[in-house]
Amino acid sequence: MPEGSDIDDLVGQSFTAPQRYEVSRGKVREFAEAVGESSPLCFDPDAAQAAGYADLVAPPTFAVIPAFTGLHEVMARIGAPLQQQVHGEQGFVHHRPIVAGDVLVATATAQRIRAVAGNLFVTVSCEVADVDGEPVTTARSVVVVRGGAQ
Amino acid sequence: MSTFSVTYPVTRADLVRYAGASGDFNPIHYSDRVAEAMGLPGVIAHGMLTMALAARAVGEWAGGPDRVVECSVRFTSMVVVPDDDAGVEVVISGTAGEPDDDGLRTVAVEATCAGEQVLGRATARVRDAHAG
Repeated sequence: MPEGSDIDDLVGQSFTAPQRYEVSRGKVREFAEAVGESSPLCFDPDAAQAAGYADLVAPPTFAVIPAFTGLHEVMARIGAPLQQQVHGEQGFVHHRPIVAGDVLVATATAQRIRAVAGNLFVTVSCEVADVDGEPVTTARSVVVVRGGAQ
Repeated sequence: MSTFSVTYPVTRADLVRYAGASGDFNPIHYSDRVAEAMGLPGVIAHGMLTMALAARAVGEWAGGPDRVVECSVRFTSMVVVPDDDAGVEVVISGTAGEPDDDGLRTVAVEATCAGEQVLGRATARVRDAHAG
């Protein structure tokens, strides 16, 4: 892992995920099934359209997929192995539901990095927007790197 | 004031399915060997799966997943999932307040597994089902 001062320099920096995330119907259904969602909004395009949505509605925590493409940019610069990372906190504010057909861009900002008892607590905010730059979801994550401050 | 409580089983198969669906392939969620090497008691569920179950319960209570406008949690304790067919049970309960001026209700959520709180400070804000 990089030295402490290099990690501190990350605070305030923003990184945009190199690839846009394209939301497919198949992925919305797959995610909805994996979390046991039963709403027809997640499975039936006619039901989603009848409710006023362009296409299938993703479950509320589906936003973790695009948000983590942004978070990954920060964690890659910290350089901690995946199995050393534990999820500490997560929050989402949805400006609108994610729907199939969305093309999303994630920009993550390292907000705070602090060492506590040998572990590194990394707070990252991530703005998920559509290709027109309209906000879709604001995500906030705290990742704990176990032993990351030793 | 309105309350709800639901119980969801979580098995190893659910962890594999969630890993594929979410793209989170951290081996602590499928490999006992890696989990134990990292000092964990065994394979643990993705915190995000627990959060997804909480959001699902809130959405089902509120009238649809699109009604969950905000949700946030702390992952306070691990959900250890044994390698058997029964898995473990995660109990999600919630208490909803009255709608605010924006028509949003704040829901205080609790999630427990084996009697232990696995989410802390878990809250959601939902668009009131009766406001349309």
